[in-house]
This record gives sequence, C-alpha cells and structure tokens, in this order.
Amino acid sequence: MNFYILIKITDWLIMAKITLKDLSHSYLLKQNSDVDWALRNINIDWKDGGAYALLGPSGCGKTTLLNIISGLLKPTKGEVLFDDKDMTTLNPVERDIAQIFQFPVIYDTMTVYDNLAFPLKNRGLSQTEIDTKVKEIGEMLELTSTLNNKAAGLTADGKQKISLGRGLVRSDVNVIMFDEPLTVIDPHLKWILRSKLKELHQKINRTMIYVTHDQIEALTFADQVVVMHEGQIVQTGTPVELFEKPKHTFVGHFIGSPGMNILPCDIENGQINLGGIKLPNKINTKNNNFKKTQVGIRPEFINFSNDGIQVKINRVSDTGRHKVIDAECSSGNIKILANSSTQIPSGSAHITFDQKYTYAYGDNWIIE
Amino acid sequence: MNKTLNQKAWLFVIPVFVLVAFNAAIPLMTVVNYSFQETFGSNVFAWEGTRWFKEILHSERFHASLGRQVIFTFIILLIQLPLGIGIALTMPKKGWGVPVCLILMSMPLLIPWNVVGAMWNIFALPEIGFLGNSLNSLGFDYNFTQQSGDAWFTTILMDVWHWTSLVVLLSYAGLNSIQPAYYQAAEIDGASRWDIFRYIELPKMKKVLTLAILLRFMDSFMIYTEPFVLTGGGPGNATNFLSLDLVKMALGQFDLGPAAAMSLIYFLIVLLICWIFYTIMMKDEGRS
Repeated sequence: MNFYILIKITDWLIMAKITLKDLSHSYLLKQNSDVDWALRNINIDWKDGGAYALLGPSGCGKTTLLNIISGLLKPTKGEVLFDDKDMTTLNPVERDIAQIFQFPVIYDTMTVYDNLAFPLKNRGLSQTEIDTKVKEIGEMLELTSTLNNKAAGLTADGKQKISLGRGLVRSDVNVIMFDEPLTVIDPHLKWILRSKLKELHQKINRTMIYVTHDQIEALTFADQVVVMHEGQIVQTGTPVELFEKPKHTFVGHFIGSPGMNILPCDIENGQINLGGIKLPNKINTKNNNFKKTQVGIRPEFINFSNDGIQVKINRVSDTGRHKVIDAECSSGNIKILANSSTQIPSGSAHITFDQKYTYAYGDNWIIE
Repeated sequence: MNKTLNQKAWLFVIPVFVLVAFNAAIPLMTVVNYSFQETFGSNVFAWEGTRWFKEILHSERFHASLGRQVIFTFIILLIQLPLGIGIALTMPKKGWGVPVCLILMSMPLLIPWNVVGAMWNIFALPEIGFLGNSLNSLGFDYNFTQQSGDAWFTTILMDVWHWTSLVVLLSYAGLNSIQPAYYQAAEIDGASRWDIFRYIELPKMKKVLTLAILLRFMDSFMIYTEPFVLTGGGPGNATNFLSLDLVKMALGQFDLGPAAAMSLIYFLIVLLICWIFYTIMMKDEGRS
C-alpha cells in the first residue's frame, strides 16, 4: 500500500525553486531607522524538494517572512520568485502553496473528510478525484478511522494532522510551509508528529519550510537552517555548520545548549588576546576597525590542561550524560562541557580552547 | 482526616440570601400566593385552587395577546439577527472607524426605554413627526395611532432601532476573536467569501449568537415600556402585547388572582423556551 501511495504521489509532483531577492518588509508606512523594519535585505535561494527551517526567537521576523513567501503579505521591497517566475503580487491561491499554522486551523462544523476535501472542492475537482485523494491522504496521516467524525471532536494533534492534510491533498502545491506547527501539541506527541513530517518529506519530496524558535525542531527537521535575528538572516547552513562555525555571535548563543561562550577580547597583530593570554589562532586583521571584538568558543570544545587560561570553578552540574561547569576567568564567565567521567579539578584550574573551533568576532560578525 | 467544623462561613453568605430573598424569592412567592387565591382587598383571601390558571389558559384574550407576542418576537429576531450580523461584518476592524462605529452603535442602547418610546412617538406622529410627516407627504397613508398595520410597523422599527446594536456589538466581539490564521487558511484553501462566513465566522460566532438570541428573545418577549409609551397597546388591542395586557389586568381591572396566574404562565413560557433553545444550541459543546 505504501509503495502504491509513493507512486501516486510522485505522479503529481510539481516542484519549485524559491528565490527571495533583496526582500525588506515594514509594517509601518514610514521607516526612519533599522528598527522600523521587520525584515531587512533578505536573500534566499532554496532548491526544490528541500527541507528548510527558519529559526529565531519570537519577534525576529520569521513569521513575517513566511507570510511573504505564502503571499499573505506583500513585501515593502524586493521580489519573491518561484522557479524564476515573479510571484510578488500574486495571492496564496495563485501561488499554490500550503501553510500549516501555529494552532490547528480546522473547519469545526465539517467532518474530517470534508475538511480534507474542502481545498479540492474549491478548486473544482470531480467527486471521484476528491474521494481518491482524501482517502490517500487520510491513510498517510493515519486518519482513516476518523474520516467521518466531526473535526471539532479530535485531539490537538489530530486537528493539526487535518491542517497538514489540507495542504497535502493538493497535488499542485509548490511549497508546504509550517509556522511553529507543534506549539500546541503535547510533548510526547511532538516526537511522533515531527518524525511523521520528516517521513512525509522523504516520501513526497516537496519543498517544505518550517518556522520555529526551537533549535531541536529546526535541526532535526531541516537540511538547511536559516537563522534569523532582528529581521536579518545571520547565517544559513546545515545543522553541523551552525554548530561548528557560527557566523554571528547570535547563532553561537542561540544554537547549542548551553550556547557558545562569547568573551570580550583584543585583537593584536593577527592574534586573539584574551585577558593577557594570546590564543594561537591567526586572525585576518585587514579591516580592524571594530567597535567591539569578541572571542567565541563552544563549551564542548574547551579542555582542562596543565597550563593555559586560568579559571576559577564556581559550580558543577551533572546532567547525567555530561557535566556543565560554570567557571570564571579574568574576562568573564565561561561554561565548559565535560564527559560525566571527567575528573573536575576543584577551585582553580587551567583550560585550553580547541583552536579549530575558536573564532574571533568583530561587531558580532565572524572575522575569517 | 478531621475537618474543622466552622459554621461562621454562613455569616458571609447571609447578605446574598437576604438580597435574593428580597429581589426574587419573596416577590415571586407573593405572586404564587395570589395565583391560587381570590382577594377582596383589606387582606381577605379565599382559596381558589387552579381556577385562575384554567381560566387564563382558556381565555381568548390571553391567546390573542400571546399570539401577538409570539409574532412580534419572531419578526424581531428575524430582522435583528441577520441585520446585526450583517452590520458587524461590514464594520471596520481597525483604525479610527472602530471607536466611531462602536459609539454610534452603543448610543441607542444607552437611552432609557421610556425615552425611546416618547422619542418614537413624537418622531412618528403623522402631522408633526419627521417620520410620520415624511411618509404622508410621500403619499403613504400613515397613522400609527389609527391603523394597526402602521402601529406594528412603527413598534417593530423602533425595536429594531433600539436593539439591533446589541446583536451588532455581540457579533462584532465574536468576529474579532477569530484568529487571523483562520482567514489565512481559508484564503490558501481557496474558500469563497460565503464559505468563510458559513464555515468559519458563523461557527465561531455560535456562542455569542446564542447569547444574542437569548437576550433578544427574552427582551422582546417581555417588551413593555416602549409600546406602552408609543401606542399604549392600541389602536384597539392591535399592539397589546403580553406584558401590556398583564399590567392592564392587574392594575387596570385589579384582577390580582388571574393576573398572578398569568404572570406565572408567562414566566414559565420564557423559561421553557430559553431552556429548550439553550439545550439545543449547546448540544455539541460538551463533546468537543
């Protein structure tokens, strides 16, 4: 049966590449400064069939960006292209997109079946076509047994499956967008639904964009994660890239638990000077006129050693899998992550940074 | 586990008991008393059993005023609900129009009922009232004090003017509580304007509309002050609604027994219809 569904689905695959060109958006009529813009200079190139995540804290502009891609909002500046075709002024129906919202949006008075059939009916499909597709999607989402129930009577995750299903039944969908779709779902069901989404993506191979403020959701769902901060894209990359080489202090901070240690430092003659200690990294100092320079190192890449930076150990918390050590050096607080089996020296100790994962940041942006 | 016995808490409930006793229980019991007895003034009572109830239930006068009342309420609901929802749908959702509309809409609700009656009485007078005069100069033979059709027309128009706002405000509140995502999802699903109304707005307004229908039913079914001032129940008995008739019986003819029985029947009708209606409307709520 699954194999049959797979063939049926590849049948109606229409994919689209998504390009955003110099996109900016403001909810105000007049913009005086940077803070008046909800989105600033967004440039994105997304291949068809990819799984992408927009990650950022509340208010960073990710929902605005999503609504611009879906056509619910018209951008103040810039263009939205699907397969190099300008879509900027088209509405959601003309763009052929599907969007799943933060909380389940269902038509209360309809049955599950009618909910799933609704977008198809509106597009004038025949009764038999509708029936085949609704049953297919019902099967895929494991809703078959509830198809004839009132949609309002389902649990939150069942309802969210319906909203998802209303996007999936349509064969003409260019892209499926998720706006924090698991917010109202119980934790134990989140895992199930999330793996379901991942599985669906592999099955139907359609472009999916997933908006979230939860790094785990983003990192497990997407091949490419776009990290947003104050209306700007600060970094685009695979989960590994974001973890190993954050291009902006915000990414270092936001991704990882605990986040990256960011300490004030000086950059002298191409070297990082952290409170008197020179780190071995070579820094390109050509444009060295930053207001603020910092060094970033993830807690995972700090080791205890016999010499190096002197720290005072304040607190050790054992999470079971590893230990989180709160330490203090002359430049500020440092978090260190160590194996549970590691013997933690008490009082004062010396640490070294793994050179490969130590980065210098000028005005919050990485100095290559 | 031993609970400490503390009867002092009752002290705090006493004011409520007193209040309820004086504004509901005692007056109602007085009516119940009267409905089973014949009074001859100076506190002389004679037991009559269910005689007054039987009399009222079989009286043509009661049937007539009940009929008028039902027709009136039915027309009122039929006009005010769609009109109220319609106005609420066209009201602006943001900007300076919102407070302007809300204030305009609340105005009629803030005017005392007898003032509404007096206003419309003057407004509709055939010779000098703006409405009456205009209608007559347009060639209509309009006189609400003489012709029953005109009296009904004026009473209904007055009630629509006075109370449609309530439906508007309730519907507007209901509409505003709908999350934008519902409209966005409908837009993506390709729903028409009618679909949006039928499948999103109307179901989401169900609770406020239930409230609106209940309030409008009760208020229009018990309408007294405005027709009392406007038509006084006339011409003849044309607009003699239940409450007007009740007051005439109780205070005009001083038939306290039958009037008390009629009050109780009246009260039970309102209670019964509200209960049936509410039960039907809320039937699905428990399940979801």
